Amino acid sequence: MPRIYLDHASSMPVDNRVLEFAKPYLSSSHGNPSSLHSVGLEAKRAMEDARTKIADLIHAENESTIIFTGSATEANNLAVRGIGLRNIAQGKEVVVSAIEHMSVLNPMKELQKNGFSFTTVPVDSTGIVDLKKLETTLTKNTVLTSVMYANNEIGTIEPIRQISTIVHEKGMYLHVDAVAAAGRIPIDVQKDGIDLLTLSSNDLYGPQGAGALYVKPGVKLQSVLLGGGQERGLRSGTENVFAIAGMGEAARIAQQEMQQESSRLIPIRDKLIKEILKIDQSYLTGHPTQRLPHHASFRFSYIEGESILLNMDMYDIQVSTGSACSSKTLEPSHVLLAIGLKHEQAHGSMVLTLGRSTTMDDVQPVSKATYETVQRLRKLSPMSQEWRK
Amino acid sequence: MANVGYSKKVMEHFMNPRNVGVIENPDGYGKVGNPVCGDVMEIFIKVKDDIITDIKFRTFGCGSAIATSSMVTELAKGKHVDEAVKITRSDVANELDGLPAQKMHCSNLAADALHEAIKDYKNRKQKK
Repeated sequence: MPRIYLDHASSMPVDNRVLEFAKPYLSSSHGNPSSLHSVGLEAKRAMEDARTKIADLIHAENESTIIFTGSATEANNLAVRGIGLRNIAQGKEVVVSAIEHMSVLNPMKELQKNGFSFTTVPVDSTGIVDLKKLETTLTKNTVLTSVMYANNEIGTIEPIRQISTIVHEKGMYLHVDAVAAAGRIPIDVQKDGIDLLTLSSNDLYGPQGAGALYVKPGVKLQSVLLGGGQERGLRSGTENVFAIAGMGEAARIAQQEMQQESSRLIPIRDKLIKEILKIDQSYLTGHPTQRLPHHASFRFSYIEGESILLNMDMYDIQVSTGSACSSKTLEPSHVLLAIGLKHEQAHGSMVLTLGRSTTMDDVQPVSKATYETVQRLRKLSPMSQEWRK
Repeated sequence: MANVGYSKKVMEHFMNPRNVGVIENPDGYGKVGNPVCGDVMEIFIKVKDDIITDIKFRTFGCGSAIATSSMVTELAKGKHVDEAVKITRSDVANELDGLPAQKMHCSNLAADALHEAIKDYKNRKQKK
């Protein structure tokens, strides 16, 4: 059986068109964008071209709103620490949703050392941020609120426009981590009312090693990386021109094909969900309809996620899990706990993220492998016997 | 994320675990771990003249939890209880050609389950 890769949220292949486009920036056009000679200028032009394409993808005001970084983690750090430290005189409160990525949560916690108070707003059982709670949490001293556009583990799409309205009525800036959403669903930073937005190259079928932060005109940040003053002084360090040029081309292709690709993937996703939920004691995690087009996530009672992942890999099907056993911290996913799952329920999760290689023909073998995996592991499990009694 | 790098032997035991199941009316029974942590193991033993003649397990947990359970039953089967009780966590890990460092504590409870089962057997024997 051919490989079926369903872990696009963890890593995606670089699109061949992107690779072909960006290759010259590793060889013939290898210049440093800061050099004034012709080779340097070629590299600089490639960066500006990428900036324009990325600004187009998110409908930004202009290309100078885009700051390139080395990763989405770095962009999230720049947004959180950059806004917090720059605006320390305006207020010392930061607010996040309970399902943010660690690269948002950890810098937020770090700000506490600078005297900031840090509040987490809960989500409901489908992963949607509690808007009432958000409203009562925000004060005029809240300099930054961070809510992701869509969640990578449960696929839920947040009501960003409503969130933006609430944030701007009371607090100052809204940062949105759009790594999971960008290229999958339309994003318009101006209509959505977003002040800062994080993007990742690899999550757009671009090369690893590039990320970007959109910064709305007029929003001031403190840089967190000091050096030669690249990227308007906000991100010093020689730019990874190859990855950045690739990210730009990846953004262009994603924008061009988004609608078509999403209409292609939604029926596959829905069929997978329908088939897999036929398994006894299986549940969808995340929102049933406000959901990323390529995302299907589940939990199964009485079994553990790392075992599911390894067992599925025996069928050459690659999946992901939020189980503690597969994480570096040995804690179950904070996202699954935030939607109200108990520890033992969070252990039994499986996440499928579809991509350009996924077809309707994959549904049958994946559903069958999932069924057999769950059956086998339940036979081994003492907990399922207790339940049958 | 989940690439913890298991040995071939761990994967072999994970895919084809030995001695899975339940023994009705066992001479000894041991259960360790809890579902909150993500690992629960139980071991049943049948003992004749202090020799473990049959052993079965059931495990809820990750790949190494299942593989270590399978391995410990292989190591203990046919052994005198006083020998079997000397099987340690590191014996199990060594027999599996090692476990990833982060799995050494959390998912290597199989020897503990075996020890519990032998303790239970000895307690029952004393009461007779």
